[in-house]
Amino acid sequence: MSGGPDNGAAAPGGRAGRRGARWLVLAIPYLWLLVFFLVPFFIVLKISLSMTALAMPPYVPVFDLAKGIDNVVAGIRQFTTDNYVWLIEDALYVRAYLSSLWIAAVSTFLLLVVGYPIAYGMARAPRRWQAMLVMMVILPFWTSFLIRVYAWIGILKKEGLLNQMLLALGVIDDPLTILNTNTAVYIGIVYSYLPFMVLPLYAALERMDDTLLEAAADLGCPPVQAFWKITFPLSMPGVIAGCFLVFIPVTGEFVIPDLLGGSETLMIGKTLWAEFFANRDWPVSSAVAVVLLVILVVPIVLFQNQEAKRAEREGR
Amino acid sequence: MATKALGPMRRKFAPWDDPAARPFIEFRNVTKRFGDFTAIDNLSLIIYEREFFALLGPSGCGKTTLMRMVAGFEEPSAGQVLLDGQDLAGIPPYRRPSNMMFQSYALFPHMSVEANIAFGLRQARMPKGEIDARVEEMLNLVKLKPFARRRPDQLSGGQRQRVALARSLAKKPKVLLLDEPLGALDKKLREETQFELTDLQQTLGLTFIIVTHDQEEAMTMADRIAVMDHGRIEQIATPAEIYEQPASRYVADFIGDINILEGRVAAADSASIRMECGGAGTTVLAAPANSVAAGQTAWFAIRPEKVSIALAPPTEAAVNCVGGEVWDIGYLGDVSIYHVRLATGATIKSTVSNHTRMIERPITWDDKVWLSWTPDAGVVLTR
Amino acid sequence: MGRRFSWFNAVSITAGFAFLYLPILLLVIYSFNESRLVTVWAGFSTKWYVEMLRNQALLDAAWVTIRVALISATVATVLGTMAAIALVRFGRFRGRSLFSGMIYAPLVMPDVITGLSLLLLFVAIGFDRGFWTIVLAHITFSMCFVAVVVQSRLVTFDRSLEEAALDLGCPPLKTFFVITLPIIAPAVIAGWMLGFTLSLDDLVIASFTTGPGATTLPMKIYSQVRLGVTPEINAVCTVLIGLVTLGVITASLIEKRRALRGQARAH
Repeated sequence: MSGGPDNGAAAPGGRAGRRGARWLVLAIPYLWLLVFFLVPFFIVLKISLSMTALAMPPYVPVFDLAKGIDNVVAGIRQFTTDNYVWLIEDALYVRAYLSSLWIAAVSTFLLLVVGYPIAYGMARAPRRWQAMLVMMVILPFWTSFLIRVYAWIGILKKEGLLNQMLLALGVIDDPLTILNTNTAVYIGIVYSYLPFMVLPLYAALERMDDTLLEAAADLGCPPVQAFWKITFPLSMPGVIAGCFLVFIPVTGEFVIPDLLGGSETLMIGKTLWAEFFANRDWPVSSAVAVVLLVILVVPIVLFQNQEAKRAEREGR
Repeated sequence: MATKALGPMRRKFAPWDDPAARPFIEFRNVTKRFGDFTAIDNLSLIIYEREFFALLGPSGCGKTTLMRMVAGFEEPSAGQVLLDGQDLAGIPPYRRPSNMMFQSYALFPHMSVEANIAFGLRQARMPKGEIDARVEEMLNLVKLKPFARRRPDQLSGGQRQRVALARSLAKKPKVLLLDEPLGALDKKLREETQFELTDLQQTLGLTFIIVTHDQEEAMTMADRIAVMDHGRIEQIATPAEIYEQPASRYVADFIGDINILEGRVAAADSASIRMECGGAGTTVLAAPANSVAAGQTAWFAIRPEKVSIALAPPTEAAVNCVGGEVWDIGYLGDVSIYHVRLATGATIKSTVSNHTRMIERPITWDDKVWLSWTPDAGVVLTR
Repeated sequence: MGRRFSWFNAVSITAGFAFLYLPILLLVIYSFNESRLVTVWAGFSTKWYVEMLRNQALLDAAWVTIRVALISATVATVLGTMAAIALVRFGRFRGRSLFSGMIYAPLVMPDVITGLSLLLLFVAIGFDRGFWTIVLAHITFSMCFVAVVVQSRLVTFDRSLEEAALDLGCPPLKTFFVITLPIIAPAVIAGWMLGFTLSLDDLVIASFTTGPGATTLPMKIYSQVRLGVTPEINAVCTVLIGLVTLGVITASLIEKRRALRGQARAH
């Protein structure tokens, strides 16, 4: 009989002390995330409404609760939306947002195209091979992200290995310019994020029952059609999870466009970084972050719901 | 139905008929709710020491919840559960004198067979020498001595089941709770284990409570069976009583195969009951039963093996006899089940034991046949 | 099962893995290049490794990174495991959706946002930035990854194992340590390793939250890469890759030996 709601790790009827221990298990990570994840967003929001100042910290107003509530109220009166107006008026920012979303969307599509055959091949490989294949997909992930991006510089640059090889093979007469272009950014993103796409796809495909395809064939469905009518729809949870897992962080990506992209590469992560580290304009970079967060909040909530549901489903 | 080898001691064992017998486990008006769902509905029940008691019912009837209240995994929403006179309220599972054998066996996968069996003893801080001796004893009891150092995933299903049993018996619990203990075994092994369990229970002299949805299992092993439905007890009785004198249509239908004819009671006295069964187009004469009054609606229930089938009408009384045509035959080897369609369209089943290999003129499809039974072969049910 | 590689599957897997491994392989090869020019092969040499070992700033940064990763992965594993237990075992408590939101959102949150917001928090509360602010930041995102990894193991955990322990007289807290934890240990260890690598790997969040005196290896590599590719960086990367590969191989060997020993006992 398991119709009832969950009664927790320990059996019911516990003492107060045990309830206390139970409560701590939730309270400690909860508080941690509130303080270090949620509260900072409100601080970002607050600073995005402040003015730039030549001070440390480089913005006004600075709240000081020690000076009483009046200080806070006076501070709030000083809030300004100037930074947001600035973001809208300067076409650079708008273009950076749009370009980030575009690059993220194209990369997600490319990753799906590249990742699906790999995941499919893994899922249909002999069983005893599968654990090793999964391991091999994860292994590059254990090596530094930065190193993997860096490796591509040596390959893609003008006198790099790719050009040398193509020249030697006689495919091209003049070296191609790939590094510091959007092409290099796409290559870098597809390379770095591939495991994030392949693993959820594999998980969805691996769970699929072989006999479904046999049943389809038995009912007169040719293999290619069976793929589109049976396999692909059933792998949708993996497709969706993979796309979210890739699209959201790529939109705010900094390292790849910074190292592989060129001056034409507009991405908002790069803009934010420059605003913060080069211009030391904290209020504007906060505003950039807030707008980025607002753009991403819908996909993030969708992703979170999907993952929570999946976790619950697996529990059954 | 398999029959139990009843020892002479066993036959005398009937504390439920003894008004002086002390209850061992007692549920007093227990209710358990999960949110809006009532799993146990104001249930009272007494189980006696050394009894082998079965909780039988379909899934979701509350039988597991009832057992888990004894173990301490659920607390009643209302009412009391007493063990040996002590109210169990507020006592956590790890301080209760009962042990449980889980449906999934719940063997600790990271511990050897030995360590699994010793686990409970270690919790009780028994001296090491005693633990070793006890583990050895349990391993011999379940015949797993050579497997002591294996891990659960290196055992067969039957072996795992015996480890689970040994582990739950190691602490000599006052009561052993068995949650669908044979559910994961195949049919042959299940039948063997049923007898092993009853033998074990008698040798050790412990109180066993078993939860099962398998009526055959309950009938074979238990001293008494509680048939449950929707959080209530439909009937508590010995296997024979449950089978021969079901208290309701639900119990009659749940245990074994049965024909149920609806009708109106024409006359009822201390000698017999006469019922008009319109659906079958016949009058039924049955043995008397309590609280049956003339004029009320009732149901006549009769087991298929108690219905005789013949090609010619019986020479004697015209009561409890009805004609029909053979509609279908189910051949099961040891018995054949005849589905006889009456003139009214109703069907009555009759089971015939195939005790000779060849019959000169077997009854076959579309034969015109006569069904008959004695007045005390069936029971009249009012609910 | 009698499955075999089909032609299509074999090609897609081979191409996929070539794409994944070739760049890393090239990087390793060129770390042994005599020439300063990364792309011209001028003979085998280990001089860049010697150079690397002489670079005190680089070694300091590596030491900072390892300490940050060890501390943050360990704390994150404890917090993340607690969070996973709360998510899986506590049913529907108040504020659950906010809690699970705060677990899942950091998995996909762009690093620039996380880094900036944490920096602004540290400034607002007047926390001196440096080693410990990086640790706090890394704990925060690592614990979410740990929580997800451990959660996926816990949801398939057979609760009757814990009930059996309780039933045999083991109190709840002890049950957690002698039954639950050993059984979910592979997931907890995987969570720790994930947290460790994420911390080792992080450039953006560390750049935001660091202060004077605390430079991590990725920050060091990044600033050198911006100045141009040098074989010395290749050497550093090769060492890191070697260490990770060694770690992963050791882990899988230990796992295999354990499995073999289990089998040996069975026969």
